[in-house]
Amino acid sequence: MSSGSLASKTIHELQELLASKQVSPPDILEDVLAAIARANPSLHAYLSVDADRLRRQLKEQPPSAGEGRLRGIPITVKDNICITGEETSCASKILAGFRPPYDATVIARLKREGAILIPRANMDEFAFGSSTENSAFGPTRNPWATDRVPGGSSGGSATAVAADLTIAALGSDTGGSIRQPAAFCGVVGVKPTYGRVSRYGLVAFASSLDQIGPLAKDVTDAAIVLSVIAGHDPNDSTSAPVAVPDYAKELKTPLKGARLGVPVLPEAGLDPEVKTAIREAIAAFERLGYTTVPVELPHLAQSVETYYIIATAEASSNLARYDGTQYGFRGSGNGGEGALLEMHLRTRTDGFGAEAKRRILLGTYVLSHGYYDAYYLKGMKVRTLIKNDFDKALTRCDAIVLPTAPTPAFRIGEKLSDPLQMYLSDIYTISANLAGVPALSMPCGFSREGLPIGLQLVAAPFKEDVLLRIAHAYEQATEWHRRTPVMSDK
Amino acid sequence: MSYEPVIGLEVHLQLSTATKLFCGCPVKFGAPPNSQTCPVCLGLPGVLPVANERALEWGIRVGIALNCRIAEIMKFDRKQYFYPDLPKNYQISQYDRPLAQQGFLEIFVGGQAKRVGITRVHLEEDAGKLLHDASQTESFIDLNRAGVPLLEIVSEPDLRSSEEAYQYLIDLKAILQYLDVSTCNMEEGSLRCDTNVSLRRTGAAAFGSKVEIKNLNSFRAVKLALEHEIKRQAILLDQGHTIPQETRLWDARGLKTESMRSKEGAADYRYFPEPDLVPFHLDRALVDRVKAQLPELPAQRAARLQASYQLSAYDAQVLVQDRTLAELFEGALAAGAKPKPAANWMMGDLLAYANAQGVELSSLKLRPEWFAHLVELVEQGTLSGRMAKELFLQMVKEGRDPAQLAVEGGLRQISDADALERLADEVLQGNRSSVDDYLKGKTNALTHLMGQAMKRSQGKANPHQMTEILKRKLAQVKSSKP
Amino acid sequence: MAVVTPDVVKQVAFLARLRLEGEALTRLAAQLDEILGYIQRLQQVSTDGVEPTSHVLPLANVLRKDEIRPSLPQEAVTALAPAARPPFIAVPKVIET
Repeated sequence: MSSGSLASKTIHELQELLASKQVSPPDILEDVLAAIARANPSLHAYLSVDADRLRRQLKEQPPSAGEGRLRGIPITVKDNICITGEETSCASKILAGFRPPYDATVIARLKREGAILIPRANMDEFAFGSSTENSAFGPTRNPWATDRVPGGSSGGSATAVAADLTIAALGSDTGGSIRQPAAFCGVVGVKPTYGRVSRYGLVAFASSLDQIGPLAKDVTDAAIVLSVIAGHDPNDSTSAPVAVPDYAKELKTPLKGARLGVPVLPEAGLDPEVKTAIREAIAAFERLGYTTVPVELPHLAQSVETYYIIATAEASSNLARYDGTQYGFRGSGNGGEGALLEMHLRTRTDGFGAEAKRRILLGTYVLSHGYYDAYYLKGMKVRTLIKNDFDKALTRCDAIVLPTAPTPAFRIGEKLSDPLQMYLSDIYTISANLAGVPALSMPCGFSREGLPIGLQLVAAPFKEDVLLRIAHAYEQATEWHRRTPVMSDK
Repeated sequence: MSYEPVIGLEVHLQLSTATKLFCGCPVKFGAPPNSQTCPVCLGLPGVLPVANERALEWGIRVGIALNCRIAEIMKFDRKQYFYPDLPKNYQISQYDRPLAQQGFLEIFVGGQAKRVGITRVHLEEDAGKLLHDASQTESFIDLNRAGVPLLEIVSEPDLRSSEEAYQYLIDLKAILQYLDVSTCNMEEGSLRCDTNVSLRRTGAAAFGSKVEIKNLNSFRAVKLALEHEIKRQAILLDQGHTIPQETRLWDARGLKTESMRSKEGAADYRYFPEPDLVPFHLDRALVDRVKAQLPELPAQRAARLQASYQLSAYDAQVLVQDRTLAELFEGALAAGAKPKPAANWMMGDLLAYANAQGVELSSLKLRPEWFAHLVELVEQGTLSGRMAKELFLQMVKEGRDPAQLAVEGGLRQISDADALERLADEVLQGNRSSVDDYLKGKTNALTHLMGQAMKRSQGKANPHQMTEILKRKLAQVKSSKP
Repeated sequence: MAVVTPDVVKQVAFLARLRLEGEALTRLAAQLDEILGYIQRLQQVSTDGVEPTSHVLPLANVLRKDEIRPSLPQEAVTALAPAARPPFIAVPKVIET
């Protein structure tokens, strides 16, 4: 086994190697660390990496970790998921240096299964963004083309998986933040049903939309990670008391007579190559024996406005706590009368980036006196319409198929000057969060320029097993997941 | 010009559940600062609230006891404002679907019953504590109290005088005590009160502009503050001014209300439904169960005492107003005391003592059977009335059984017939002129002789017996005179 | 006619404890105005008789038992704070009346 190659393996491949004692956990970690040392300086997938600390983490695992399903497997963690004692900054100056005194529930579950957690995958600040350019600590670069964005907000997680700087990763998805970077980076990303995975320990963006989910090299790996992190959590009042299937085991069972729903989509901004790739993927599904049915999602066209009312309102409230009082960055004034107000103003003005301020202002505005009915209440009603669309469509099919993003990865800096344009690029992913339904992105082709194109599948609540099985069947019939970016050693 | 005050009261009650409203931190009063906090009540990034079952049940209990309609669907909302004692810079409270609404409370003022409406009862989390006095340049934060469950009880503006407001608080506190959901203690801060008052010309229908008063630390302060504020507003109105709608603070030393530094406009709390908490469907079976398990409330207890023990309505009212008092009373009766004397001790000496000392009855460690013993000692003639009152004070101060104290103090009245006979002889021998006066027909000489007898016996002679013995002996002297 | 003028943004910014001035204020106001203009499209969607969704899962009555769970040690709390006078967290003095 040549060194450096373990980092390019999948979880299931490594599980076999570990079981047959061909490799040991330290072998895996060292290969991953070497890969990170080589490529992270240019890709900036991780905000910081402390190799010795990670080696210590492996050494100090309790004996019980040796029985875990993920023993010895490095899993990258987005910088907004709390790990005890690890810097969790949400890629923001306002939380720089913050080390939570507790583990997120998903982290506790991963630890219990023996995973090695690699923290600080880069992201858009507080998950506000679709490109990871809003990180306060510099953007991440797409490993397929380093002048391009990896997508966002889980850009660091997606890049790490695509560039083999880890084995698998956790991201978070509020309007597409797992799926869109997965599409831009040519990996698999899953946004679970709302309530499937505990949000306890995920730094909140929009409480009624957020979910943690896996980014992985193939569908099987995504299924394995999802099985570990999913499940009811008494610490999260919004987590669902629904049993968790063994998703990886279920993959093997083909879905007989499955129907795919094909919606009529708003096509403004839809790249012709993306449209073609999706059409070809649908043809591939038909060759696999799937039938396609037309479905309607009439309110998909309103999903961006609906989302930006609800998500920013909740975000403005969730971010009110960052004022320099109890933790994180504190901006100081000159003392005297008004010093407390000055502390609040300086902390938040200096600590938050432009996109964070934009969203906080938008959210504060729509909730403010006199505007609640016109915006927030209206938004909640249209949300009902969007959810009803999905419920209805999903009675006619097992999964809806559509593009993940209207274009492949765009250039760094290309969309920064027009926030509204950036928001509109979320058009295909946002509605799954509004409806609370599970959705998955997987590679289905490449553009002429060699950039990955992502296919999205959406299923009914708690039907992740359906998503994974359909995805697995497509994956087995194609070769997209085997392509990896060629990276020059800089 | 004659004005009618229109008064409403808002009470915040800390529930004495074991844990906070949304996390498992303990709720004990007086712990070292910041030692009863966790990521959830600290509002750390990533945390989520989970509602306390008992706080909800106790909230329903209070709602039912206050004759409210309990919500069928209840939810929580975020109330948003920036303040250092509020970790998340929003408070999880209830806005448009509170726990309970449209109830009432009957109070007795001047012997008359009056129904005071209860607008709503809702649950919310408490904020932490800010300390300002330890430093010139800094304020200190203790978050132990952050997240403690509060019930907010809002009355309709049905009160028309400071006396009514005071009585409302007394009667509300009694009910809350009986429900055993809080220590109901304004000194500890487990019961807090704000009031609002406006004036209108007597007979007018419209309300005047409302002034809210905060920083009230006792029921008495509420009464004084209202009295002061009513006068202040009346003077201003008489002078033709308008009353600005504002919040004022009660200054307990200067005995006046003062305007708070005005904030820019009314606060915009930007309420919206709390997305981290799901709604609560309070089914009628649950409500019925809580109702069935309600303890006897003050009004019912008063009625029962009146009926069972032939107490006056007034006496029954006074006895039930404090749960400790009511329990002492009924316990004393169970231990054999007669109702009327027991009531007298409770309503008279005991209440007077507690009020003079400024202490809660529950803080005095008294056992009901001691009152029975006290009553019995007096009934049997073992103690004179005066001695009994001394013994009562000792009982309360030392927290000991008066029967025991009486034995130790040798305070038992001298009822031994021989001792009394000898004492009478001594008194008659030592007071010849009084004896002569008596024999001449001056009956008040007997009083003098009695006084002497009491003096000689340090007040221990049983007065009734002593009188009889002296009279008999004086009659013997008369009949033996030549 | 802008929906959202710089003056409005300034007030909203204060509610959110953000300081915005000069060029940054004007730019942000223009961006927010454009975004809110787009959001106005929602007014054309008919929502008569539609119930609002505040929770997408049909969950209700999630409660926990009134049982004590471990608290953080006081040192852990003050260690997080930018300024502390143990056992307290310290902030610039709050002026009340």
